[in-house]
Amino acid sequence: MSILGFDILSVITFLPLLGILLIIGIHKEKHGVIKGITLLTALVNFIISLILYRDFNLTTHRFQFTTNVPWIRGYGINYHVGIDGISLFLILLTTFLTVISVIACWKDIKEKIKGFMICLLFLETGMIGVFVSLDLFLFYIFWEVVLIPMYLLIGVWGAPARRIYAAVKFFIYTMFGSLLMLVAILVIYFYNYSVTGMYTFDIEQLYQLSIPYGTQIWLFLAFALAFAIKVPMFPFHTWLPDAHTEAPTVGSVLLAAVLLKMGTYGFLRFNLPLFPEATLKFVPLISVLALIGIIYGAMVCIVQKDLKRLIAFSSVSHLGFVMLGIFALNIQGLEGGILQMLNHGFSTGALFLIVGMIYERRHTRMIEEFGGLSKVMPVYATIFMIVTLSSIGLPGLNGFVGEFLILLGTFKSNMVYAVFAALGVILAAVYMLWMFQRVMFGEVTKEENRKLKDLSLREIIVLLPLIFFIFQIGVYPKPFLSRMDASVRHLIAQVELKVGKKSAEEVRMVYVIDPDRVKQGK
Amino acid sequence: MKMMMPIVPPIVNLKSILPELVVVITALVVLLFDLALAKDKKTPLAILSLLGLAISLIFSIFMWREGVSAYAFNQLIVIDRFTLFFNALFIVASFITLLISINYLREEGINYGEYYTLVLLATVGMMLMAKANDLIMVFLGLETLSISIYVLVGFLRTNVKSNESSLKYFLLGAFSSAFLLYGIALVYGATGTTKLPDIARYIENTPHLLSNPLLLAAVGLLIVGFGFKVALVPFHMWTPDVYEGAPTSITAFMSVGVKAAAFSAFLRVFLSSFSALRADWTMILWILAVLTMTLGNVVAIIQENIKRMLAYSSIAHAGYILVAMTAGGSLATTSIIYYLMAYTLMNLGAFAVVILYGKKGEENILISDYAGAGFKYPFLSVAMTIFMFSLAGIPPLAGFVGKFYIFSAAVKQGFIWLTIIAVLNSLVAVYYYLRVTVIMYMSEPVKEVGHLPFSVSMIIALFITTFFTLHMGILPSSYLQLARESIAILM
Repeated sequence: MSILGFDILSVITFLPLLGILLIIGIHKEKHGVIKGITLLTALVNFIISLILYRDFNLTTHRFQFTTNVPWIRGYGINYHVGIDGISLFLILLTTFLTVISVIACWKDIKEKIKGFMICLLFLETGMIGVFVSLDLFLFYIFWEVVLIPMYLLIGVWGAPARRIYAAVKFFIYTMFGSLLMLVAILVIYFYNYSVTGMYTFDIEQLYQLSIPYGTQIWLFLAFALAFAIKVPMFPFHTWLPDAHTEAPTVGSVLLAAVLLKMGTYGFLRFNLPLFPEATLKFVPLISVLALIGIIYGAMVCIVQKDLKRLIAFSSVSHLGFVMLGIFALNIQGLEGGILQMLNHGFSTGALFLIVGMIYERRHTRMIEEFGGLSKVMPVYATIFMIVTLSSIGLPGLNGFVGEFLILLGTFKSNMVYAVFAALGVILAAVYMLWMFQRVMFGEVTKEENRKLKDLSLREIIVLLPLIFFIFQIGVYPKPFLSRMDASVRHLIAQVELKVGKKSAEEVRMVYVIDPDRVKQGK
Repeated sequence: MKMMMPIVPPIVNLKSILPELVVVITALVVLLFDLALAKDKKTPLAILSLLGLAISLIFSIFMWREGVSAYAFNQLIVIDRFTLFFNALFIVASFITLLISINYLREEGINYGEYYTLVLLATVGMMLMAKANDLIMVFLGLETLSISIYVLVGFLRTNVKSNESSLKYFLLGAFSSAFLLYGIALVYGATGTTKLPDIARYIENTPHLLSNPLLLAAVGLLIVGFGFKVALVPFHMWTPDVYEGAPTSITAFMSVGVKAAAFSAFLRVFLSSFSALRADWTMILWILAVLTMTLGNVVAIIQENIKRMLAYSSIAHAGYILVAMTAGGSLATTSIIYYLMAYTLMNLGAFAVVILYGKKGEENILISDYAGAGFKYPFLSVAMTIFMFSLAGIPPLAGFVGKFYIFSAAVKQGFIWLTIIAVLNSLVAVYYYLRVTVIMYMSEPVKEVGHLPFSVSMIIALFITTFFTLHMGILPSSYLQLARESIAILM
């Protein structure tokens, strides 16, 4: 599949850069033109990315739409991109949310619009690049590149009080993890050379490698640290509340919806298949940390006074679920985890937008400043309610499917974990509903709140697509799950084959048996 | 016709130093021509110097392409791709230095012809240092270079700081030259020769020599001598003061040119002559690398003056290069070459911004003076951001690729802990480079900076440095190839 002679993945990755080039040439006072170009670029990119969805082959676990050309000769560094069932939806999520973000910030951002739009598009390139890279070197580049625009978004357009602190903390914290990962990448690279006599960063070839157990442990830890900081897992989550709270609305949306997924995606793409023995070894550790994240995150949410901070901490809890699902290491857990990554993108993305909208009107995010809004802003209240319920995991909405699959998978692998995780679901209901009640119901206590305007058409346009997916995944998740299927099965097989839990024959069987599974029961 | 005849030694010899010769002649012509020009009209001298450097660069490139490999002047000089590469690097460094000097000299009122002559002579010193095949020649090159730089550092004659730093650099420099010379004398005492290949041969063929205290002392003294010039901790004390006091253009020149020159000789002496003693000096370099990186980065954090910050950052960068030298091997040497290229361009770029933004009399030399520059001078600030991110080693810029290969080399040779210390150091470095961008983009302006003195030469310099910082980062293949071919002769 190619567009104008370029392969489709490269087009999707680098089209935003083209948009940037166009914007640079425009005078900074022409806000309308700048915003228009950004929207157009994002929209075109989203439409092109839909081709991936249409042409995606469900029956294979292999990477699709691949391109592989030498980049730095003599060092085995290639420009190798491709997607599978795990990355497909993350790319779609990215292109989709970029469009939403551009519309959402149409009126929010009042100064330095040119720079803002450039950062936004640059961020899109970085995020997509992370998900399409199949070469460790390339992956690392995109992984780091993402930091720069996000750092600027928080630091320049963030809330004035602590934006610089938050931006620098975000940058340094994330960089710390990734630098150690860089060393680990190099160790794998040279280990592979010592075994195969070939220099390569190509993960498809590195997957074939059997790394000695002792080395695996260290490498796993180095990679896991980088990803755990990004996820963020307890106890590496401390940058997140600051970054989220200070970032402009759109920054928070993309940070929560896409950037955090880079961490969980990293576990799926690298830790599991590259270090299977170490993965098994660390299942208890990661699971317990995930559980602590779920429960601790939820409990901290209960006491938050700031809406945005509450949602930020809820991310810690939700991402704990994702990690728990991934490290259940079975098909339900993994698919639930991946689906929950998307769900979190939609629900939490929507929540940040919703909070951003009320902040625009009232310039405060303190829960105590609100109350009784449902009478003043009925449309807003309805949408907020749907998203809140989706975040809690009400059956019929997206959150339920993801959490249910995760709990199912966890239950199969370790009952105790599942019991504790279920506790997290209850706590989620507590903090979300209580928050909703305080903000929306009761009497209108503050005078300023009486004359708040309900959502404008633009704001509804921003939120409706998200609501659509919240229902779509909740009612009929099959189009999503079926596309993950082959890749997830292969991933599990990769882990199990390498650790010798199953013979090659049995692993092959995985692809054959059990064709219609849990998802049919939904 | 005469060229074809076999016995015409002087001509053959002259060809071997053709690039240097061009620069020397240019320097002398500039000096002469200077007399004919009025005090404020020295721009022709700059153009003449640039022209001479360009010609010399072309000769170097042609000779590199040709793959000449020969000794000359009774084996005092070696000419091969390694030396020619360094020749080209020094010429580029001094070319860009002159580009960023022109307007600066005019503004500071130090627009004298001698400036150009001295920069050119310092360049010749660097070139000879890289071409040295004999410790004596290393010393001569070093002195030619150093004496010119001593004068240049004090070129702001009426400025106390400039005078102070000139004297400081001169005294400590003379002291370190003595160390180097002492080391050379001891090498001669131990091996009976000062020729680099002969030393190597002698050491290899004389097994007991490896534990010879005389030779070990010599190696130690040489490390001190070179360590001073490249500013390794604990021989770095002069760096921040001298860098701060010197005219900014000279600071830029020193931070890249002098450093690269000292490294070129350091590399050749240690990798070719003393490679048999590797086990002895690796440990020393390991410790020096860790000290240099850590002190440079940690102290850079608290600097308020951007020149001092860049001075400490340059110390840290010497530390990274030392990591690769400790590791050894062809990948390491390739990475050093690449790193020096990248460092030269990005650091000169950063200094170009410092000069431009500093304005007359360095009135905006504090990091806090950059507040609010980000959206006021968008292109300048984007360029500065690129240089800062590149110096911090963030992809996809030249500095990242350089660091990546240095770390690769260290991991390859099994120096995992050294690599981990190095990456943690680059994390510390991120903080202070980031701070510049924080101030530029995220702080409100505190004072009126007004119109910046953009000039054509400055814009050309900024364009060259920005372009290559990006290009070397995004498409590093050809540069790495260049580095590999340049060091093939040493391996």
